[in-house]
Amino acid sequence: MIKLIGLVPLFPLIGFLINGFFGKKMSKGLSGIIASVSILASFVLSVLIFVELNGSENKSHIVNLFSWINSGSLIIPFELLVDPLSSLFLLIITGIGFLIHVYSTGYMHDDEGFSRFFTYLNLFIFFMLLLVLGNNYLIMFVGWEGVGLCSYLLIGFWFKNTAYNNAARKAFVMNRIGDLGFLLGIILVFVTFGSISYNEIFAKAGTVSTSTITCIALLLFVGAMGKSAQIPLYTWLPDAMAGPTPVSALIHAATMVTAGIYMIVRSNIFYSISEVAADTVAIVGVITALFAATIGLFQNDIKKILAYSTVSQLGLMFLGLGVGAYSSSVFHVTTHAFFKALLFLGAGSVIHAMGGEQDIRKMGGLSGKIKITFITMMLGTIAISGLPPFSGFFSKDEILAHTYEHNKVLWILGMITSMLTAFYVFRLIFLTFFGKFRGTHEQEHHLHESPPSMTFPLIVLAILSVVGGALGLPEFWHMPNWMANNLETVIIRKNPSTLSHDTEWSLMIIAVLGAAATIYAAYAIYRQRHIIPLNEGDKMPALQKTIYNKYYVDEIYDAVIRKPLDILSEAFHKFFDIQIIDGLVNGVGAAVKGLGSGIRLIQTGNIGFYIISMVIGIVFILLLTFLI
Amino acid sequence: MINGISINYYLLLSAVLFIIGAVGVMARRNSIIIFMCIELMLNAVNLLLVAFSTLHADANGQVFVFFIMAVAAAEVAVGLAILSMIYRNVKTIDTDVLSNLKN
Amino acid sequence: MLGYTITQWLFGILSFLSIMFGLMVVFSRNPVNSVLYLVMTFFCIAGHYLLLNSQFLAIVHIVVYAGAIMVLFLFVIMLMDLNQDNEPQKTWLTKIIAGIAGGLMLFVLVGSLKGSEQLGIAQNGSSQIGTVKNLGKVLFSEFLFPFEIASILLLAALVGSIMIGKKEIK
Repeated sequence: MIKLIGLVPLFPLIGFLINGFFGKKMSKGLSGIIASVSILASFVLSVLIFVELNGSENKSHIVNLFSWINSGSLIIPFELLVDPLSSLFLLIITGIGFLIHVYSTGYMHDDEGFSRFFTYLNLFIFFMLLLVLGNNYLIMFVGWEGVGLCSYLLIGFWFKNTAYNNAARKAFVMNRIGDLGFLLGIILVFVTFGSISYNEIFAKAGTVSTSTITCIALLLFVGAMGKSAQIPLYTWLPDAMAGPTPVSALIHAATMVTAGIYMIVRSNIFYSISEVAADTVAIVGVITALFAATIGLFQNDIKKILAYSTVSQLGLMFLGLGVGAYSSSVFHVTTHAFFKALLFLGAGSVIHAMGGEQDIRKMGGLSGKIKITFITMMLGTIAISGLPPFSGFFSKDEILAHTYEHNKVLWILGMITSMLTAFYVFRLIFLTFFGKFRGTHEQEHHLHESPPSMTFPLIVLAILSVVGGALGLPEFWHMPNWMANNLETVIIRKNPSTLSHDTEWSLMIIAVLGAAATIYAAYAIYRQRHIIPLNEGDKMPALQKTIYNKYYVDEIYDAVIRKPLDILSEAFHKFFDIQIIDGLVNGVGAAVKGLGSGIRLIQTGNIGFYIISMVIGIVFILLLTFLI
Repeated sequence: MINGISINYYLLLSAVLFIIGAVGVMARRNSIIIFMCIELMLNAVNLLLVAFSTLHADANGQVFVFFIMAVAAAEVAVGLAILSMIYRNVKTIDTDVLSNLKN
Repeated sequence: MLGYTITQWLFGILSFLSIMFGLMVVFSRNPVNSVLYLVMTFFCIAGHYLLLNSQFLAIVHIVVYAGAIMVLFLFVIMLMDLNQDNEPQKTWLTKIIAGIAGGLMLFVLVGSLKGSEQLGIAQNGSSQIGTVKNLGKVLFSEFLFPFEIASILLLAALVGSIMIGKKEIK
């Protein structure tokens, strides 16, 4: 079965081709079914492969599909790697991907770009699968760029709206900055090791100087920063919410943004060797987590809150990576994929019910009207807040426990982030589902539960969010931590936890108490005192205003990077472009023109003259042949 | 040596005949003379082919000559037809007058 | 005779004649004379073929070139009524340039021959490959397909020349 791994990315590609070429001629139902079925087929195959891999002794299978690049010393086969890490990601991508495809058939039903949407979505799944399946950095890079492209296409899906297009461009440019780092990292890997296949590189990693490894690790991390929205390249992700909500759920919460984490887990040996790189990852992660969580406190757009929450959670995962808790981070990726996809889809359902309204100030009291959405979203919210025994609790707790062991300051920051998370997600819930309805009469009249195609994925994801924690039960509960055991072969240098059970218990209790306290705070503010967030023009305290405006990061980037670049470009345009480049191009043109008008005279139309020229030409050619 | 004659003499003879043809093409204005000079050039090549064929005792060269003759016959038939057509329309076959290639 | 064999004498005479007649083709003012000189040149070349033991080709050459093609030329010249000595000539400058270009080419070709050693592969005098029997075998076995194609080519030329040459129906 593992030999058939090539089929897993092939199915979405076929779906993409069919929808891409014939989508316009097919009915909406058919194109939705083709797209969903192609992902379902991949999912089924992924499950079979996953089961087979679990049962087999050999945990790492390399399947060579064909020889890709073969040029001198640069030999790159197109190989797919099946190991516990990639097979787990396969399940996440195809599983959640399938649910979101099903959801989209309902959510996008009235959109004119229906088949185009599924075309992009299938293409995205294809590239994402390539990204995680490749056995070398180049295939990963192809997938990496491909998902970036699909992300761009899907953010700007409603391309008639200029703001959405700008958001798409912003995402693309930000990603490109990170990609440059990634590409440089790959080149450095090739120069250092003479190969880019994982197994060959990781075997030789110990023999290279630490400073080189640090360089590689940092360059790769720059790539991860772009893709996984870490400071300073995170600003694209909140803007990416311009895309349709299923896209936000699939690409900007569950899968694509975790590519950076996948990449670092894959290259874990580099970060184990280089402490500098690992510390950088941890610090960037925790700062991003805290920073985004504070911004999330005062946002009013339901999707923006979730976007900042995603940035924040990704920061937590990077914190885990930085402190060496690779399997915990992958665990958190998994659970996060469940509950964040659930929250986004739930938000989509709410938006659907509200007829396109995204501002939580205009919602309220929806719990009775859209029961399934409410219940499932509530479960997702509890999961992300980290209350036991929901999934988020276990994964977050593992990361925080490892952090505590590594560095107390990082732990405190992580703890605060986790508490803020609980606050803003419950703020979202209270404002949306409780209290009185604050929208217009038409909206109130329009309120309705979403169709089954949308509620079914919500229910499945809700169940997963609740029980997903079973994948990695803490070891000191004397339960098997399946996640850690499973990933054992992938993590090359392990650092087992040395915390005593008492410490772990107390950490756990502190976390739960913290979360419960902030949830109560949210309850007190938004439920008991019925406080509604201020409107745009209202006066706010300075700090709140700063945070509400996202610390003015976009404005700062604008002033520090964009404006000087504009001025520089303008100067270059005036001097370099017009004078030198244009001068050169026009000069060549003028020279050719002048030469042409001279040579034109030779074309007399007289055959005799032509023949004489030809003979003389032949003479010269012969002369050259004999002389050289 | 073929029949006591070095192949180099055949090469020389062919070259001279070929050049005579080429000079004729260059120096004359009458299209029919030019055509004839081209035939002369073809024959120079034919002669050399036969010479080499005999030198190497290989019949392929002579078969080649045979085909060249067939092609030459076809070429002359079509070429002369075109020339007579031109003459009928323009009343001349002088290449210096027929300088329509320019426009 | 002066240390040369008869073949060598024949070769020398035929070469001289073919070159002379070739020059006459180019230099004679009357196109009809040109045609006649060309026919003579072809006879000389046929003589060369005989010297090279290619009897079949020699006959074909006379039949096709001297017999068919040159008659065709003559025919067209008569048709156009070009039998005159005062046809327009190129300027002297053009002729000199043409001569120089031709001379240069000859110079280069001969120059390229100079370095090569005399090929001394002695043939056994009477080679049999040029006979009708031998050539026929090769032509109808190894070159059967090209031969058939050549027949199609001739047919096409036939049809083509009729199409071009006929008066347009108005």
